[in-house]
Amino acid sequence: MTTTTNPPDFSGGPSPRGSILGNAVRRFEDPKILRGEAVYFDDLSPTGLAHLVFVRSTIAHARVTNIDTREAETMPGVVAVYTHENIGLKPNVSFAMLPDGFARPPLANGTVRFVGDMVAAVVAETRAQAVDAAEMVIVDYDPLPVVVDPEAALADGAPILFPDLATNVAIEFNFAEADPELMAEAEVVVSGRFVNQRVAPVPMEPNGIVVEFDKEKNLSLTVPTQAPFGVRDPVAKEFGLDPEKVRVRAPAVGGGFGAKSGCYVEYLVAISAARQLARPIKWTETRSENMLSMYHGRGQIQYVDMGLKRDGTITAVKVHVICEAGAYPSVGAFLPFLTRTMAQGVYEIPKVEFTSVSAATNTTPTAAYRGAGRPEATAFLERIIDMAADELEIDPVEIRRRNFIAPEKFPLTTVTGANYDVGDFNKALTEACRISGYEELRADQRSRRERGDTVELGIGVSTYVEITAGGQFQEFGAVKIQSDGTVEARVGTSSHGQGHATAFAMIVAELLGVAMEDVRVVQSDTALVPRGSGTSGSRSLQIGGSAIYNASVEVLEKAKVLAAHLLEANPDDIVLHDNARVGVSGVPASALSWADLAAAAHDPTRRPAEWTDDEGLMSELDFNQGDATYPFGAHVAVVEVDTETGRVNLLRHIAVDDCGRVLNPLLVSGQQHGGVGQGAAQALYEGVSYDSDGNPLTGNLMDYAIPSAAEFPSFEVSNTETPTPLNPLGAKGIGESGTIGSTPAIQNAVVDALSAMGISHIDMPLLSLRVWQTIQDTRAK
Amino acid sequence: MKISISVNGDKQTHDVEPRTLLVQFLREQANLTGTKVGCDTSSCGACTVLVDGESAKSCTMFAAQADGSAVTTIEGLMTDGKFNRVQQSFQDEHGLQCGFCTAGMVMAAVSLLEEIPNPTESDVRIGLEGNLCRCTGYHNIVKAVMAAARVK
Repeated sequence: MTTTTNPPDFSGGPSPRGSILGNAVRRFEDPKILRGEAVYFDDLSPTGLAHLVFVRSTIAHARVTNIDTREAETMPGVVAVYTHENIGLKPNVSFAMLPDGFARPPLANGTVRFVGDMVAAVVAETRAQAVDAAEMVIVDYDPLPVVVDPEAALADGAPILFPDLATNVAIEFNFAEADPELMAEAEVVVSGRFVNQRVAPVPMEPNGIVVEFDKEKNLSLTVPTQAPFGVRDPVAKEFGLDPEKVRVRAPAVGGGFGAKSGCYVEYLVAISAARQLARPIKWTETRSENMLSMYHGRGQIQYVDMGLKRDGTITAVKVHVICEAGAYPSVGAFLPFLTRTMAQGVYEIPKVEFTSVSAATNTTPTAAYRGAGRPEATAFLERIIDMAADELEIDPVEIRRRNFIAPEKFPLTTVTGANYDVGDFNKALTEACRISGYEELRADQRSRRERGDTVELGIGVSTYVEITAGGQFQEFGAVKIQSDGTVEARVGTSSHGQGHATAFAMIVAELLGVAMEDVRVVQSDTALVPRGSGTSGSRSLQIGGSAIYNASVEVLEKAKVLAAHLLEANPDDIVLHDNARVGVSGVPASALSWADLAAAAHDPTRRPAEWTDDEGLMSELDFNQGDATYPFGAHVAVVEVDTETGRVNLLRHIAVDDCGRVLNPLLVSGQQHGGVGQGAAQALYEGVSYDSDGNPLTGNLMDYAIPSAAEFPSFEVSNTETPTPLNPLGAKGIGESGTIGSTPAIQNAVVDALSAMGISHIDMPLLSLRVWQTIQDTRAK
Repeated sequence: MKISISVNGDKQTHDVEPRTLLVQFLREQANLTGTKVGCDTSSCGACTVLVDGESAKSCTMFAAQADGSAVTTIEGLMTDGKFNRVQQSFQDEHGLQCGFCTAGMVMAAVSLLEEIPNPTESDVRIGLEGNLCRCTGYHNIVKAVMAAARVK
């Protein structure tokens, strides 16, 4: 059932009982982690465990002419060696919207299509023995032509990854005939080609799985996943099992960022091996393996035209995106759809024309990464509007203000079909300008230029709106009073570092008056929670939290009915007292404790006659918000660019993110910091690269530069609060805002620093060499 | 080969392969899984422990190299059931999210504060350069270490 109540007002002063909502409550999760006692999947070593190691292709595209496993099979400790022949798995279709022809054989069946594609799997008594034996599997490759660049993959005569399909096109989005009058109203058209480079998610914990069997020999899986049911259901389907007989647990999970969603084919191989051997198996990915096998993110080439009037008013936007889908197209191929959905962004744009094509290439497949299609939209809009501002000699802040959708227009449906709930874009931008001291920064920039300083100051602005809880509006939540008066709250979302146990306990404690310590949040286990979509798309508080909220409201209502029955009072006179007891208003002494009420609910002689079942004082429901929410914000980045070396130094980053009502500012600011860090990393440092033969050049953490503390300043994060009417908490997502707002602000800041030289664009990552080279090339003109 | 390491004051003697890394010894022989492995190039620092009081990435040394040494891991930081000041400040300042880098980060910070008792923000940032975190943007980690430094 679905229930909605009015948003509670917890932004201001204390509620009658002194609201905990809105307070910076420290996390319950931390003590265990800080003692080293939190259990991650790789910390498990069940009795009888064998270890699985993959043999991965070292060639980007080849016929596999022979796999010789004989020597490996005789190595010490080896239990089994698997190839396509004996693993017993069907080709895997990972995303239903794509042609089945792109299905991936979990272990290569005659062809490998990227460096890292799996050829064989070795199971041995110890991991070291498995590694040793994997090195003795001899694979003969007959190389095929390689295509790495997605534009090259679409050209005539390109090597084709799946000859049966006769094309590398995975999916195209093209919703309307090209409008020849698209730019008719424009007085100026600004154009750009932007590369939103491929990046690696790099959660600090790599991937893996522990496969076990329970007493009834049913599968029991421990997986570092964001969505246990997203693993359970494909596993059940693959092996023809009743989903109820497959248990998936996510233990402590060391980060995900979108890449730990879905059912990796590696899991299927490990499960199939464990079933054949009837013993527990663990696969623990190494980091170098992770850089090849965990889905990458982003990866778009964007051709953008923006039409404007001379006063800066936008008349139209035209975008063509070429998306890198990788060797086995998956969710990543679909993400340009979300880029399209957000192609109007925060602006009034009468006409938006968007087309995209996603191409298979001989590279690691792509999928969701913190923002998943929406950062790419903000990136091109914020880049092109800055180019327009430069062209029209309008301040970047001013040109944005001239085009913002006004607050009174909400709710509204954009020309690309997004149903924006609430928004006040200028409020966030004004706040970001105030905090940054925008005018003073501009004055500093001018004075540096006047005195010929070789270190330029750059100020970058970005404004964004994004989609949270997109496509997954519903979630399970349950609240039950235990016999000792404590509360168990179950939820279908699955925390992997976000602090949901703390956030959800706050909601229950607020509504039921119990101590937060007396609330046990149960999540991430398909045996304990009946259903759930997990944690992704910044959905958890707004959907899962609202489910917990509504279930708590229902439990309180039931408790009032029960208390009225027991106290022979009118239910309308029953309240929750400050002492966490439920009883007649003004008579706290006779009120009943939660333990009393829980006992009464189970006692047919004490509960109301119409309560025929013995479920106790509990509520189980699914909350459905009906649509996505659209958080927004404004970021200002301040950089120094040394024009003699190309070195960029991020001096300040100001983020004003509006995620509606803030439940726990500690958790919200933590999400902002982390998001800004990852967004800054894309702007300045990171990028997956391959040579022309498809060899990864960024295959470990030596070569792939994820930034350290030394590369960043402290971040200046804050919030405006524009509650959404779609859920009882008034909450919108915050998990991905930081990455969406920060990347273009920082890129714009670097370009802004160099704009006086006539530089209008530099692609990311803005490493010293690239910046220096652009300066040299510009000066040589 | 047989090696003996004092881990958190507890003498651990095990017969291991010569190629066994210290981190494997800690996780697999000593069953102390609080120390994590986040990479295979000594880049991430998740495996940082104290070897004879100095921070070391336990994936960069063989267990045999620590034979006869005293090693402290995250499990050995508490005194009389109370957090070390760095553990406490990580909790207070929200210095962790997924927690996978935390053990290494805390151990590195303990060592950093031994070396520089009154660090500047820049000292902390440079001092923690060898420890990677993907969740926090380092903001609250740095704040936590600065806060711990103020606890004397």
